[in-house]
Amino acid sequence: MKPEFIQQESPANGRLQQDALEVPEGNDTFLQGVKDCLPTLLGYLSIGFAAGVVEKTAGLSIAEIAMISIILYAGSAQFIAAGMIAAGSSASSIIITILLVNLRHLLLSAAISPYFRHLNPLRNLLIGSLLTDETFGVAIQKSASRKRISEKWMHGLNITAYLNWFLANIAGAFLGQWISSPEKWGLDFALPAMFIGLLVLTVMARRKYLLDITVGFIAVIVAVLVSILWSPSMGVIAAALIASTIGMVIEQWK
Amino acid sequence: MEIRLEIFFIILGAALVTFIPRVLPLMLLSRISIPDWGMRWLSFVPIAVMAALVAQELFVTDGRFTGLSTNVELIAALPSFWVAVKTRSLLGTVVTGILALMLLRLLF
Repeated sequence: MKPEFIQQESPANGRLQQDALEVPEGNDTFLQGVKDCLPTLLGYLSIGFAAGVVEKTAGLSIAEIAMISIILYAGSAQFIAAGMIAAGSSASSIIITILLVNLRHLLLSAAISPYFRHLNPLRNLLIGSLLTDETFGVAIQKSASRKRISEKWMHGLNITAYLNWFLANIAGAFLGQWISSPEKWGLDFALPAMFIGLLVLTVMARRKYLLDITVGFIAVIVAVLVSILWSPSMGVIAAALIASTIGMVIEQWK
Repeated sequence: MEIRLEIFFIILGAALVTFIPRVLPLMLLSRISIPDWGMRWLSFVPIAVMAALVAQELFVTDGRFTGLSTNVELIAALPSFWVAVKTRSLLGTVVTGILALMLLRLLF
């Protein structure tokens, strides 16, 4: 009798077992995603805060800052937008520059895609819409020991980072009303310092020091040369394409 | 507390061109498989992009090479790198960079 009973229940049972496999040790929950986001919160709070100050001093209203942090949600792009709006650049040149700088998301999104194969395109759209350098960095570290990343965990991570960013921008915007020049306070250095931190953390986590530092140096040289000889917005793209290709070829040889 | 029409369209356009590269690979590449060399290539991309962004911030101003002798950002980058390696803390790195540059601008 008993095996038959199990047989009858097998669809639900199978699903249960699969769920159990996807949730080992309660490690892949939404709440765990929130927790795994915590170590990055203060760093991005300070960067979001600096972005809010810079946006405010560039002449954006609080409502505009709320809008940009909610629907654009990209640190480097927001600093660039603020700078170019203050400089009186045309709408089309601002949008094209941001497109080029944010093309790197193509590569982040592609790099993380193998871990979300278990989701349909619509659910992948939701994962990708809040993907940032920060959440990518945390997720890639999480992926080191597994073949897939939990959807709930990723939403926990993404949404926490998103809310933190919005609040930091608004706080910076309010304080920006009393700061006339953010440069005086070194706040314009928040963005390069953030990239320095992310770069060092990524290299140290991968433990391929010689190879990664070589790739980094090549990227620096290409980025500077292309920026000066051609255009700064192409510099990042050219550096990414050339340096990554060289890194791949060197690793293949070894 | 208002949103100007031109700013509205700038933000909307910027958001759209940011959204598409974020979601497209996740939506498409989860359907097809990436070969080994492709994954190896992708693994270098974040490092190359971040190094390029740092280099641009430190060495390029308005499309020109920033002089080394007057480059306070470059000097401020050194303690930032050091703190990043020693503490592995993003916050520590950012705060160090901001404080270092603030002090340097105060002095020079």
